[in-house]
Amino acid sequence: MLTKRIIPCLDVANGRVVKGTHFTLLRDVGDAVDLAQLYAEQGADELCFLDITATVEKRKTLVDLVSRVGKVISIPFTVGGGISSVEDIRAVLLAGADKVSIGTAAVANPSLISEAAAEFGSQAIVISVDAKRTGPEAWTVYTNGGREDTGMDALRFCFHMEELGAGELLINSIDRDGTRTGYDLELLRAINDLVDIPVIASSGAGSKEHFLEALREGQADAVLAASLFHSRELSILELKQYLSSQNILIRL
Amino acid sequence: MNIIVDYDAGNITSLCNALEKLKTSFQVSDDESVIRKADKVFFPGQGHMAQARRSLEKKGLIDCIRSLTQPFLGICVGMQLLYDWSEEGETEGLGIVSGKLMRFSDPDLKVPQMGWNSVTARNDNPLFRGLNEEYFYFVHSYAAPLGDQSIAKAEYGGPFTAACQHKNFSGVQFHPEKSGEAGLQLLKNFLAL
Repeated sequence: MLTKRIIPCLDVANGRVVKGTHFTLLRDVGDAVDLAQLYAEQGADELCFLDITATVEKRKTLVDLVSRVGKVISIPFTVGGGISSVEDIRAVLLAGADKVSIGTAAVANPSLISEAAAEFGSQAIVISVDAKRTGPEAWTVYTNGGREDTGMDALRFCFHMEELGAGELLINSIDRDGTRTGYDLELLRAINDLVDIPVIASSGAGSKEHFLEALREGQADAVLAASLFHSRELSILELKQYLSSQNILIRL
Repeated sequence: MNIIVDYDAGNITSLCNALEKLKTSFQVSDDESVIRKADKVFFPGQGHMAQARRSLEKKGLIDCIRSLTQPFLGICVGMQLLYDWSEEGETEGLGIVSGKLMRFSDPDLKVPQMGWNSVTARNDNPLFRGLNEEYFYFVHSYAAPLGDQSIAKAEYGGPFTAACQHKNFSGVQFHPEKSGEAGLQLLKNFLAL
């Protein structure tokens, strides 16, 4: 049977892993390749890299990182952060990434998603959705690192992305990011009810129970977290043993 | 020399990385004479089956692949191409393994199947030596039913073929190059055939 996936997310700037809260206050937590290897050894099912390098050399540093990571680990990994063209996607996939996550560019230029899916296959295209709650059962999509409100309905946006050929959705909750108060379960469930592609829950994990909720009540296919793992408060193995003891199918 | 057949059907970087981790020498080629002389043949594939078939035709490699006699490993769409036919683009395969691939049809399933699934191998198959009930990483929307040539199965809404074999031709639906230690062991087992 297919297992649920645990995905540590590494925010990377110039090849180093950093962690910010609400996209601010960056703190260096280690070398990206070292940390990737550590998580792979601990049993991570996939890794996700979000490049926040803000320089003109961005693509080059990202391709270099992907290539170094691919030589060390042999589990799937996704790379995102400023990917905005078919050429960006090609460069990163050819360097050894399995998937790219696309955020702002998917909103600004939806045809990029259909082009990319046709060129590289849906399985390689993850849409990263930054959603913020506006009312009961209502969320809008934000772009540019959570700074800009597009006014677009998040559920409709997810459905549209699936239609265009996205292979997976990575759902970030701006309200929960960095708060450690748990994933936005209603958001996850609403999206899961709507789409047939896998959904990755992100933002808000503060305890083992939060992961369980996201998988059970949120019906997510995978759960992603960053600081909880980087701070070593929770190891991947401990989390997986806990979820398995709660009858969640997990690769152990 | 071990050869990875490059016929423009998806990304082979990960497979190259995995073979480098195993410290195995290999060459990437689309040259028929090089492929024929290979010790072992890796036949990866990703994306749409019809496109993969067209790429293979364009390279003029269909008959070459069919007539190989050395150990051969098809991966993902590379495995699917070994079959008679796939519902994806209603595409003819190479007809080496009998059966038809169908799309996962259970409405409760997420498609593609994406992630780690446990694989039950047929006893004593050398490709799966030391690997029974291991997890491997799958990404696919079409699957082959179980048949005489299935050597390993997995479950996703029902059983399907995780690996098949006919004479020197083996195929795996999952990605051994992305399946951590278990995947590397499977590649090692193949190299030892």
